[in-house]
Amino acid sequence: MNPVSALLFGFTKALVGAHPRWQGAAPSSEQSVYFANHTSHVDTLAIWAALNPASRAKTRPVAAKDYWNKGPLRRYVALRGLNAVLIERHKENRVGDPLEPAIAALQQGDSLILFPEGTRGTERLPAAFRSGLYRLAELFPAVRLMPVYLENLNRAMPKGTHVPIPLICTVRFGAPLARIDAEPKEAFLERARAAVVALA
Amino acid sequence: MSGNIKFYWLMGGVLGILILASLIGWILHLRVRTEQRRAIIENLNSRIRAWWVMVAVFAVAFGIGKTATLVLFGLMSFFALREFITLTPTRRGDHVPLFLSFFVLIPVQYLLIGDGWYGLFAVFIPVYAFLILPAVAALSADIDSFLERTTKIQWGVMITVFCVSHAAALLLLDIPGYNGQNALLIFYLVLIVQLSDVLQYVFGRLFGRTKVAPVVSPSKTLEGLVGGGVAATLIGAAMYWITPFSPLQALAMALVIVVMGFLGGLALSAVKRSMGVKDWGTMIEGHGGMLDRIDSLSFASPIFFHLTRYYFS
Repeated sequence: MNPVSALLFGFTKALVGAHPRWQGAAPSSEQSVYFANHTSHVDTLAIWAALNPASRAKTRPVAAKDYWNKGPLRRYVALRGLNAVLIERHKENRVGDPLEPAIAALQQGDSLILFPEGTRGTERLPAAFRSGLYRLAELFPAVRLMPVYLENLNRAMPKGTHVPIPLICTVRFGAPLARIDAEPKEAFLERARAAVVALA
Repeated sequence: MSGNIKFYWLMGGVLGILILASLIGWILHLRVRTEQRRAIIENLNSRIRAWWVMVAVFAVAFGIGKTATLVLFGLMSFFALREFITLTPTRRGDHVPLFLSFFVLIPVQYLLIGDGWYGLFAVFIPVYAFLILPAVAALSADIDSFLERTTKIQWGVMITVFCVSHAAALLLLDIPGYNGQNALLIFYLVLIVQLSDVLQYVFGRLFGRTKVAPVVSPSKTLEGLVGGGVAATLIGAAMYWITPFSPLQALAMALVIVVMGFLGGLALSAVKRSMGVKDWGTMIEGHGGMLDRIDSLSFASPIFFHLTRYYFS
Protein backbone atom coordinates (compact mmCIF):
# COMPACT_ATOMS: atom_id res chain seq x y z
CA MET A 1 0.00 0.00 0.00
CA ASN A 2 1.42 3.40 -0.90
CA PRO A 3 1.44 6.13 1.79
CA VAL A 4 -1.61 7.95 0.37
CA SER A 5 -3.66 4.75 0.36
CA ALA A 6 -2.48 3.89 3.87
CA LEU A 7 -3.54 7.33 5.09
CA LEU A 8 -6.97 7.01 3.44
CA PHE A 9 -7.36 3.55 4.93
CA GLY A 10 -6.54 4.74 8.47
CA PHE A 11 -8.80 7.77 8.09
CA THR A 12 -11.72 5.59 6.94
CA LYS A 13 -11.28 3.05 9.74
CA ALA A 14 -11.07 5.73 12.46
CA LEU A 15 -14.04 7.61 11.07
CA VAL A 16 -16.59 5.00 10.05
CA GLY A 17 -15.12 1.64 11.07
CA ALA A 18 -16.21 0.05 7.76
CA HIS A 19 -16.58 -3.41 9.31
CA PRO A 20 -17.19 -6.07 6.66
CA ARG A 21 -19.99 -8.62 7.09
CA TRP A 22 -19.75 -11.40 4.54
CA GLN A 23 -23.34 -12.59 4.57
CA GLY A 24 -23.60 -14.42 1.27
CA ALA A 25 -20.06 -15.37 0.28
CA ALA A 26 -16.64 -15.86 1.80
CA PRO A 27 -14.10 -13.07 1.21
CA SER A 28 -12.20 -13.90 -1.96
CA SER A 29 -9.98 -12.02 -4.37
CA GLU A 30 -11.85 -13.36 -7.41
CA GLN A 31 -12.50 -10.67 -10.05
CA SER A 32 -15.74 -8.92 -9.08
CA VAL A 33 -17.94 -5.92 -9.66
CA TYR A 34 -19.10 -4.69 -6.24
CA PHE A 35 -22.30 -2.65 -6.60
CA ALA A 36 -23.86 -0.77 -3.68
CA ASN A 37 -26.35 1.84 -2.51
CA HIS A 38 -24.89 5.35 -2.60
CA THR A 39 -25.58 7.98 0.07
CA SER A 40 -22.29 9.70 0.91
CA HIS A 41 -18.84 10.68 -0.29
CA VAL A 42 -17.35 8.16 2.15
CA ASP A 43 -19.08 5.17 0.47
CA THR A 44 -16.26 4.35 -1.94
CA LEU A 45 -13.68 4.47 0.84
CA ALA A 46 -15.85 2.31 3.09
CA ILE A 47 -16.20 -0.57 0.59
CA TRP A 48 -12.56 -0.31 -0.38
CA ALA A 49 -11.44 -0.41 3.26
CA ALA A 50 -13.75 -3.33 4.07
CA LEU A 51 -12.19 -5.62 1.43
CA ASN A 52 -9.37 -7.95 2.43
CA PRO A 53 -5.90 -6.59 1.50
CA ALA A 54 -5.39 -8.91 -1.49
CA SER A 55 -8.64 -7.87 -3.22
CA ARG A 56 -8.24 -4.22 -2.17
CA ALA A 57 -5.02 -3.97 -4.17
CA LYS A 58 -6.87 -5.07 -7.32
CA THR A 59 -10.16 -3.22 -6.77
CA ARG A 60 -10.78 0.18 -8.33
CA PRO A 61 -13.74 2.47 -7.64
CA VAL A 62 -15.69 3.86 -10.57
CA ALA A 63 -16.08 7.56 -9.80
CA ALA A 64 -17.61 10.64 -11.40
CA LYS A 65 -15.08 12.62 -13.40
CA ASP A 66 -16.91 15.93 -12.82
CA TYR A 67 -16.41 15.57 -9.05
CA TRP A 68 -13.07 13.79 -8.69
CA ASN A 69 -11.23 15.57 -11.48
CA LYS A 70 -11.95 18.98 -9.92
CA GLY A 71 -8.86 20.43 -8.23
CA PRO A 72 -5.45 18.83 -7.71
CA LEU A 73 -6.19 17.38 -4.26
CA ARG A 74 -9.28 15.42 -5.33
CA ARG A 75 -7.56 14.18 -8.47
CA TYR A 76 -4.54 13.11 -6.44
CA VAL A 77 -6.67 11.25 -3.89
CA ALA A 78 -8.75 9.57 -6.60
CA LEU A 79 -5.91 8.51 -8.85
CA ARG A 80 -2.99 7.95 -6.52
CA GLY A 81 -4.86 6.94 -3.35
CA LEU A 82 -7.68 4.87 -4.78
CA ASN A 83 -6.57 4.14 -8.34
CA ALA A 84 -10.08 5.20 -9.42
CA VAL A 85 -11.64 4.74 -12.85
CA LEU A 86 -13.08 8.16 -13.77
CA ILE A 87 -16.30 8.23 -15.79
CA GLU A 88 -17.88 11.18 -17.60
CA ARG A 89 -21.47 11.60 -16.33
CA HIS A 90 -22.59 14.52 -18.47
CA LYS A 91 -23.79 13.68 -21.99
CA GLU A 92 -22.56 16.93 -23.53
CA ASN A 93 -18.91 16.25 -22.56
CA ARG A 94 -18.86 12.68 -23.74
CA VAL A 95 -16.59 11.47 -26.50
CA GLY A 96 -17.32 7.85 -27.42
CA ASP A 97 -18.46 5.24 -24.91
CA PRO A 98 -18.56 6.63 -21.35
CA LEU A 99 -18.02 3.13 -19.92
CA GLU A 100 -14.79 2.67 -21.92
CA PRO A 101 -12.42 3.17 -18.90
CA ALA A 102 -14.41 0.68 -16.79
CA ILE A 103 -14.37 -1.90 -19.60
CA ALA A 104 -10.62 -1.44 -19.98
CA ALA A 105 -10.14 -1.99 -16.25
CA LEU A 106 -12.15 -5.22 -16.29
CA GLN A 107 -10.20 -6.42 -19.35
CA GLN A 108 -7.00 -5.91 -17.35
CA GLY A 109 -8.37 -8.19 -14.65
CA ASP A 110 -9.17 -5.47 -12.10
CA SER A 111 -12.25 -5.54 -9.89
CA LEU A 112 -14.60 -2.54 -9.71
CA ILE A 113 -16.68 -0.70 -7.13
CA LEU A 114 -19.79 0.73 -8.77
CA PHE A 115 -22.77 2.76 -7.60
CA PRO A 116 -25.46 1.95 -10.17
CA GLU A 117 -27.80 4.73 -9.01
CA GLY A 118 -25.33 7.12 -10.61
CA THR A 119 -25.71 9.70 -7.88
CA ARG A 120 -26.05 9.94 -4.11
CA GLY A 121 -29.51 9.50 -2.61
CA THR A 122 -30.94 10.70 0.68
CA GLU A 123 -32.84 7.53 1.54
CA ARG A 124 -31.74 4.39 3.33
CA LEU A 125 -32.69 2.22 0.36
CA PRO A 126 -31.32 2.73 -3.17
CA ALA A 127 -33.26 4.33 -6.05
CA ALA A 128 -33.61 2.67 -9.48
CA PHE A 129 -30.35 1.44 -11.06
CA ARG A 130 -28.95 2.87 -14.28
CA SER A 131 -27.92 0.63 -17.13
CA GLY A 132 -24.10 0.68 -16.72
CA LEU A 133 -24.11 -2.40 -14.51
CA TYR A 134 -26.19 -4.30 -17.07
CA ARG A 135 -23.77 -3.53 -19.90
CA LEU A 136 -20.72 -4.56 -17.88
CA ALA A 137 -22.48 -7.77 -16.83
CA GLU A 138 -23.26 -8.55 -20.50
CA LEU A 139 -19.70 -7.91 -21.63
CA PHE A 140 -18.07 -9.87 -18.80
CA PRO A 141 -20.17 -12.96 -18.07
CA ALA A 142 -17.43 -14.58 -15.95
CA VAL A 143 -16.99 -11.68 -13.51
CA ARG A 144 -18.65 -12.09 -10.10
CA LEU A 145 -21.43 -9.55 -9.43
CA MET A 146 -21.40 -8.76 -5.72
CA PRO A 147 -24.29 -6.84 -4.11
CA VAL A 148 -23.17 -4.66 -1.21
CA TYR A 149 -25.27 -2.75 1.30
CA LEU A 150 -23.73 0.18 3.16
CA GLU A 151 -25.37 0.67 6.53
CA ASN A 152 -25.33 3.96 8.43
CA LEU A 153 -23.27 5.89 5.89
CA ASN A 154 -26.31 8.01 5.08
CA ARG A 155 -26.02 9.22 8.69
CA ALA A 156 -22.24 9.71 8.62
CA MET A 157 -22.25 12.21 5.77
CA PRO A 158 -25.74 12.90 4.40
CA LYS A 159 -26.13 14.59 1.04
CA GLY A 160 -25.74 18.34 1.45
CA THR A 161 -23.22 18.18 4.31
CA HIS A 162 -19.56 18.90 3.74
CA VAL A 163 -17.89 17.05 6.57
CA PRO A 164 -18.36 13.52 7.86
CA ILE A 165 -19.10 12.63 11.48
CA PRO A 166 -17.70 9.47 13.08
CA LEU A 167 -20.19 6.59 13.20
CA ILE A 168 -19.67 2.86 13.08
CA CYS A 169 -20.77 1.69 9.63
CA THR A 170 -21.03 -1.84 8.35
CA VAL A 171 -20.43 -3.06 4.82
CA ARG A 172 -22.61 -6.08 4.04
CA PHE A 173 -21.58 -8.34 1.18
CA GLY A 174 -24.32 -10.58 -0.21
CA ALA A 175 -24.24 -13.72 -2.35
CA PRO A 176 -23.00 -13.23 -5.95
CA LEU A 177 -25.87 -12.35 -8.30
CA ALA A 178 -26.89 -15.36 -10.41
CA ARG A 179 -26.71 -14.98 -14.22
CA ILE A 180 -29.89 -15.61 -16.19
CA ASP A 181 -29.57 -16.12 -19.96
CA ALA A 182 -31.26 -13.51 -22.17
CA GLU A 183 -32.69 -11.64 -19.20
CA PRO A 184 -34.17 -8.26 -20.24
CA LYS A 185 -32.31 -5.18 -19.02
CA GLU A 186 -35.06 -3.88 -16.72
CA ALA A 187 -35.56 -7.26 -15.05
CA PHE A 188 -31.81 -7.59 -14.47
CA LEU A 189 -31.47 -4.11 -12.99
CA GLU A 190 -34.46 -4.63 -10.71
CA ARG A 191 -33.09 -7.99 -9.56
CA ALA A 192 -29.70 -6.39 -8.84
CA ARG A 193 -31.34 -3.62 -6.85
CA ALA A 194 -33.44 -6.15 -4.92
CA ALA A 195 -30.23 -8.02 -4.01
CA VAL A 196 -28.87 -4.84 -2.38
CA VAL A 197 -32.19 -4.09 -0.66
CA ALA A 198 -32.33 -7.65 0.70
CA LEU A 199 -29.15 -6.94 2.69
CA ALA A 200 -30.61 -3.84 4.35
CA MET B 1 10.58 5.46 46.45
CA SER B 2 10.70 7.71 43.40
CA GLY B 3 7.95 7.77 40.79
CA ASN B 4 10.03 5.85 38.27
CA ILE B 5 10.88 3.01 40.61
CA LYS B 6 7.21 2.70 41.60
CA PHE B 7 6.27 2.62 37.91
CA TYR B 8 8.71 -0.24 37.22
CA TRP B 9 7.47 -2.24 40.21
CA LEU B 10 3.91 -1.69 39.09
CA MET B 11 4.59 -2.74 35.51
CA GLY B 12 6.51 -5.77 36.77
CA GLY B 13 3.53 -6.77 38.89
CA VAL B 14 1.00 -6.27 36.08
CA LEU B 15 3.25 -8.21 33.69
CA GLY B 16 3.49 -11.05 36.22
CA ILE B 17 -0.30 -11.20 36.55
CA LEU B 18 -0.76 -11.20 32.77
CA ILE B 19 1.79 -13.99 32.28
CA LEU B 20 0.08 -16.01 35.02
CA ALA B 21 -3.37 -15.37 33.45
CA SER B 22 -2.11 -16.38 30.00
CA LEU B 23 -0.61 -19.59 31.43
CA ILE B 24 -3.87 -20.47 33.18
CA GLY B 25 -5.82 -19.70 30.01
CA TRP B 26 -3.48 -21.93 27.99
CA ILE B 27 -3.76 -24.84 30.45
CA LEU B 28 -7.57 -24.53 30.52
CA HIS B 29 -7.56 -24.48 26.71
CA LEU B 30 -5.60 -27.77 26.65
CA ARG B 31 -7.82 -29.46 29.22
CA VAL B 32 -11.26 -28.37 28.01
CA ARG B 33 -13.57 -31.16 26.80
CA THR B 34 -17.16 -29.97 26.26
CA GLU B 35 -18.25 -27.47 23.59
CA GLN B 36 -20.01 -25.16 26.03
CA ARG B 37 -16.92 -24.92 28.23
CA ARG B 38 -14.75 -24.33 25.17
CA ALA B 39 -16.74 -21.21 24.31
CA ILE B 40 -16.25 -19.83 27.83
CA ILE B 41 -12.49 -20.54 27.77
CA GLU B 42 -12.14 -18.98 24.30
CA ASN B 43 -13.90 -15.85 25.55
CA LEU B 44 -11.58 -15.79 28.57
CA ASN B 45 -8.49 -16.16 26.39
CA SER B 46 -9.53 -13.43 23.98
CA ARG B 47 -10.12 -11.18 27.00
CA ILE B 48 -6.61 -11.95 28.26
CA ARG B 49 -5.13 -11.19 24.82
CA ALA B 50 -7.00 -7.88 24.75
CA TRP B 51 -5.58 -7.16 28.20
CA TRP B 52 -2.03 -7.50 26.89
CA VAL B 53 -2.79 -4.94 24.20
CA MET B 54 -4.50 -2.53 26.61
CA VAL B 55 -1.66 -2.73 29.15
CA ALA B 56 0.92 -2.22 26.39
CA VAL B 57 -0.91 0.86 25.10
CA PHE B 58 -1.15 2.36 28.59
CA ALA B 59 2.46 1.60 29.46
CA VAL B 60 3.75 3.20 26.25
CA ALA B 61 1.55 6.29 26.69
CA PHE B 62 2.64 6.78 30.30
CA GLY B 63 6.25 6.12 29.37
CA ILE B 64 6.19 8.85 26.71
CA GLY B 65 4.54 11.37 29.02
CA LYS B 66 1.70 13.82 29.49
CA THR B 67 0.89 14.56 25.84
CA ALA B 68 0.68 10.87 24.93
CA THR B 69 -1.55 10.21 27.95
CA LEU B 70 -3.92 13.02 26.94
CA VAL B 71 -4.01 11.74 23.34
CA LEU B 72 -4.76 8.24 24.61
CA PHE B 73 -7.71 9.38 26.73
CA GLY B 74 -8.87 11.69 23.92
CA LEU B 75 -9.00 8.68 21.59
CA MET B 76 -10.87 6.66 24.20
CA SER B 77 -13.47 9.44 24.41
CA PHE B 78 -13.63 9.64 20.61
CA PHE B 79 -14.27 5.92 20.09
CA ALA B 80 -16.68 5.70 23.02
CA LEU B 81 -18.71 8.66 21.72
CA ARG B 82 -18.67 7.11 18.24
CA GLU B 83 -20.24 3.95 19.68
CA PHE B 84 -22.78 5.92 21.66
CA ILE B 85 -23.89 8.02 18.68
CA THR B 86 -24.01 4.98 16.38
CA LEU B 87 -26.72 3.45 18.57
CA THR B 88 -28.54 6.75 19.10
CA PRO B 89 -31.18 7.67 16.55
CA THR B 90 -29.99 11.06 15.31
CA ARG B 91 -31.25 13.04 12.33
CA ARG B 92 -29.84 15.20 9.60
CA GLY B 93 -30.40 18.26 11.85
CA ASP B 94 -27.89 16.90 14.39
CA HIS B 95 -25.02 16.87 11.94
CA VAL B 96 -23.39 20.12 13.01
CA PRO B 97 -23.77 19.58 16.79
CA LEU B 98 -22.31 16.10 16.35
CA PHE B 99 -19.43 17.40 14.29
CA LEU B 100 -18.70 19.96 17.01
CA SER B 101 -18.88 17.27 19.70
CA PHE B 102 -16.30 15.07 18.02
CA PHE B 103 -13.93 17.61 16.55
CA VAL B 104 -14.18 20.59 18.91
CA LEU B 105 -15.38 19.41 22.34
CA ILE B 106 -13.04 16.43 22.63
CA PRO B 107 -9.82 18.27 21.62
CA VAL B 108 -10.67 21.36 23.69
CA GLN B 109 -11.55 19.37 26.80
CA TYR B 110 -8.18 17.58 26.73
CA LEU B 111 -6.25 20.70 25.72
CA LEU B 112 -7.66 22.40 28.82
CA ILE B 113 -6.13 19.62 30.93
CA GLY B 114 -2.83 20.01 29.07
CA ASP B 115 -3.00 23.74 29.68
CA GLY B 116 -3.83 23.27 33.37
CA TRP B 117 -6.92 25.49 33.16
CA TYR B 118 -9.04 23.73 35.79
CA GLY B 119 -11.75 26.41 36.01
CA LEU B 120 -12.78 26.12 32.37
CA PHE B 121 -12.19 22.36 32.25
CA ALA B 122 -14.82 21.87 34.97
CA VAL B 123 -17.56 23.92 33.27
CA PHE B 124 -16.75 23.70 29.57
CA ILE B 125 -19.10 20.79 28.81
CA PRO B 126 -21.75 21.10 31.56
CA VAL B 127 -22.24 24.83 30.88
CA TYR B 128 -20.95 25.94 27.48
CA ALA B 129 -21.56 22.78 25.44
CA PHE B 130 -24.87 22.26 27.25
CA LEU B 131 -26.15 25.59 25.95
CA ILE B 132 -24.43 25.83 22.58
CA LEU B 133 -25.18 22.34 21.19
CA PRO B 134 -28.99 22.59 21.34
CA ALA B 135 -28.83 26.14 20.02
CA VAL B 136 -26.86 24.97 16.99
CA ALA B 137 -29.26 22.06 16.50
CA ALA B 138 -32.20 24.46 16.60
CA LEU B 139 -30.68 26.41 13.70
CA SER B 140 -31.32 23.40 11.46
CA ALA B 141 -35.07 23.95 12.02
CA ASP B 142 -35.74 20.24 12.51
CA ILE B 143 -38.11 20.00 15.51
CA ASP B 144 -38.97 16.33 15.18
CA SER B 145 -38.22 14.81 18.66
CA PHE B 146 -35.92 17.74 19.30
CA LEU B 147 -35.71 17.31 23.07
CA GLU B 148 -35.01 13.56 22.84
CA ARG B 149 -32.28 14.04 20.26
CA THR B 150 -30.63 16.88 22.15
CA THR B 151 -30.81 15.01 25.45
CA LYS B 152 -29.20 11.91 24.00
CA ILE B 153 -26.32 13.84 22.50
CA GLN B 154 -25.80 15.70 25.80
CA TRP B 155 -25.79 12.44 27.68
CA GLY B 156 -23.30 10.82 25.35
CA VAL B 157 -20.96 13.79 25.57
CA MET B 158 -21.19 13.95 29.37
CA ILE B 159 -20.39 10.27 29.83
CA THR B 160 -17.79 9.70 27.14
CA VAL B 161 -16.00 13.06 27.15
CA PHE B 162 -16.65 14.95 30.38
CA CYS B 163 -16.59 12.00 32.78
CA VAL B 164 -13.78 10.05 31.10
CA SER B 165 -11.60 13.17 30.88
CA HIS B 166 -11.55 13.31 34.69
CA ALA B 167 -9.23 10.30 34.74
CA ALA B 168 -6.68 12.21 32.65
CA ALA B 169 -7.37 15.35 34.72
CA LEU B 170 -5.65 13.71 37.68
CA LEU B 171 -2.51 15.07 35.97
CA LEU B 172 -3.76 18.57 36.88
CA LEU B 173 -3.65 18.07 40.63
CA ASP B 174 -0.90 19.54 42.72
CA ILE B 175 -0.50 17.03 45.54
CA PRO B 176 2.15 17.93 48.19
CA GLY B 177 4.97 15.36 48.32
CA TYR B 178 3.72 13.62 45.16
CA ASN B 179 5.25 15.82 42.45
CA GLY B 180 5.62 14.28 39.02
CA GLN B 181 3.89 11.06 40.05
CA ASN B 182 0.29 11.89 39.11
CA ALA B 183 0.35 9.44 36.19
CA LEU B 184 0.57 6.68 38.81
CA LEU B 185 -2.74 7.89 40.21
CA ILE B 186 -4.36 7.41 36.77
CA PHE B 187 -2.87 3.95 36.64
CA TYR B 188 -4.23 3.25 40.14
CA LEU B 189 -7.74 4.35 39.17
CA VAL B 190 -7.81 2.40 35.92
CA LEU B 191 -6.29 -0.69 37.55
CA ILE B 192 -8.82 -0.81 40.41
CA VAL B 193 -11.78 -0.20 38.07
CA GLN B 194 -10.68 -2.93 35.68
CA LEU B 195 -9.65 -5.40 38.40
CA SER B 196 -13.02 -4.88 40.03
CA ASP B 197 -14.74 -5.69 36.71
CA VAL B 198 -12.59 -8.78 36.13
CA LEU B 199 -12.86 -10.07 39.69
CA GLN B 200 -16.63 -9.57 39.74
CA TYR B 201 -16.78 -11.59 36.52
CA VAL B 202 -14.55 -14.35 37.94
CA PHE B 203 -16.32 -14.52 41.32
CA GLY B 204 -19.67 -14.41 39.54
CA ARG B 205 -18.68 -17.33 37.29
CA LEU B 206 -17.38 -19.38 40.22
CA PHE B 207 -19.92 -18.70 42.95
CA GLY B 208 -22.70 -16.67 41.31
CA ARG B 209 -26.19 -17.69 42.46
CA THR B 210 -28.27 -14.60 43.24
CA LYS B 211 -28.90 -12.12 40.45
CA VAL B 212 -28.83 -8.49 41.56
CA ALA B 213 -30.27 -6.89 38.44
CA PRO B 214 -31.84 -9.62 36.28
CA VAL B 215 -33.50 -7.15 33.92
CA VAL B 216 -30.71 -4.64 33.45
CA SER B 217 -27.60 -6.79 33.66
CA PRO B 218 -28.32 -10.53 33.91
CA SER B 219 -24.66 -11.49 34.39
CA LYS B 220 -24.26 -9.45 37.60
CA THR B 221 -24.62 -11.57 40.74
CA LEU B 222 -24.53 -10.68 44.41
CA GLU B 223 -21.72 -13.20 45.02
CA GLY B 224 -19.69 -11.73 42.15
CA LEU B 225 -20.34 -8.20 43.29
CA VAL B 226 -19.38 -8.78 46.92
CA GLY B 227 -16.50 -11.19 46.28
CA GLY B 228 -15.01 -9.20 43.41
CA GLY B 229 -15.68 -5.86 45.07
CA VAL B 230 -14.07 -6.86 48.38
CA ALA B 231 -11.07 -8.39 46.59
CA ALA B 232 -10.55 -5.29 44.43
CA THR B 233 -10.90 -3.01 47.47
CA LEU B 234 -8.30 -5.01 49.40
CA ILE B 235 -5.90 -4.94 46.43
CA GLY B 236 -6.50 -1.18 46.25
CA ALA B 237 -5.56 -0.84 49.93
CA ALA B 238 -2.44 -2.97 49.43
CA MET B 239 -1.37 -0.68 46.56
CA TYR B 240 -1.35 2.44 48.78
CA TRP B 241 2.41 2.83 48.18
CA ILE B 242 1.92 4.11 44.62
CA THR B 243 -0.62 6.71 45.80
CA PRO B 244 -0.42 9.74 48.12
CA PHE B 245 -2.85 7.93 50.46
CA SER B 246 -2.29 6.02 53.71
CA PRO B 247 -3.33 2.33 53.64
CA LEU B 248 -6.68 3.14 55.27
CA GLN B 249 -7.33 6.07 52.94
CA ALA B 250 -6.43 3.86 49.96
CA LEU B 251 -8.94 1.30 51.20
CA ALA B 252 -11.69 3.94 51.33
CA MET B 253 -10.75 5.33 47.90
CA ALA B 254 -10.70 1.86 46.35
CA LEU B 255 -14.12 1.16 47.86
CA VAL B 256 -15.50 4.36 46.31
CA ILE B 257 -13.99 3.40 42.94
CA VAL B 258 -15.48 -0.11 43.13
CA VAL B 259 -18.95 1.14 44.11
CA MET B 260 -19.05 3.89 41.48
CA GLY B 261 -17.72 1.47 38.88
CA PHE B 262 -20.50 -0.97 39.67
CA LEU B 263 -23.13 1.78 39.45
CA GLY B 264 -21.66 2.95 36.13
CA GLY B 265 -21.81 -0.53 34.67
CA LEU B 266 -25.41 -0.84 35.83
CA ALA B 267 -26.61 2.55 34.54
CA LEU B 268 -24.92 2.24 31.16
CA SER B 269 -26.19 -1.31 30.82
CA ALA B 270 -29.72 0.07 31.25
CA VAL B 271 -29.03 2.71 28.57
CA LYS B 272 -27.63 0.05 26.26
CA ARG B 273 -30.60 -2.25 26.72
CA SER B 274 -33.04 0.59 26.19
CA MET B 275 -31.38 0.91 22.79
CA GLY B 276 -31.94 -2.80 22.22
CA VAL B 277 -28.37 -4.14 22.19
CA LYS B 278 -26.13 -6.23 24.45
CA ASP B 279 -22.73 -4.76 23.59
CA TRP B 280 -21.82 -1.24 22.57
CA GLY B 281 -19.57 -2.38 19.75
CA THR B 282 -17.02 -4.88 18.57
CA MET B 283 -13.85 -2.88 18.89
CA ILE B 284 -12.02 -4.88 21.57
CA GLU B 285 -12.06 -8.64 20.98
CA GLY B 286 -13.96 -10.49 23.73
CA HIS B 287 -14.92 -7.26 25.49
CA GLY B 288 -17.60 -5.78 23.26
CA GLY B 289 -16.89 -2.14 22.48
CA MET B 290 -14.81 0.64 23.97
CA LEU B 291 -17.78 1.80 26.05
CA ASP B 292 -18.27 -1.70 27.48
CA ARG B 293 -14.75 -1.42 28.86
CA ILE B 294 -14.92 2.12 30.21
CA ASP B 295 -18.51 2.34 31.49
CA SER B 296 -17.31 1.81 35.08
CA LEU B 297 -14.39 4.18 34.57
CA SER B 298 -16.70 6.98 33.43
CA PHE B 299 -18.63 6.88 36.70
CA ALA B 300 -15.63 6.33 38.99
CA SER B 301 -13.33 9.00 37.47
CA PRO B 302 -15.11 12.27 38.40
CA ILE B 303 -15.78 11.13 41.99
CA PHE B 304 -12.24 9.86 42.50
CA PHE B 305 -10.89 13.07 40.96
CA HIS B 306 -12.93 15.36 43.20
CA LEU B 307 -12.26 13.39 46.41
CA THR B 308 -8.52 13.49 45.68
CA ARG B 309 -8.66 17.15 44.75
CA TYR B 310 -10.64 18.10 47.84
CA TYR B 311 -8.75 16.13 50.47
CA PHE B 312 -5.21 15.82 49.09
CA SER B 313 -4.29 18.83 46.97
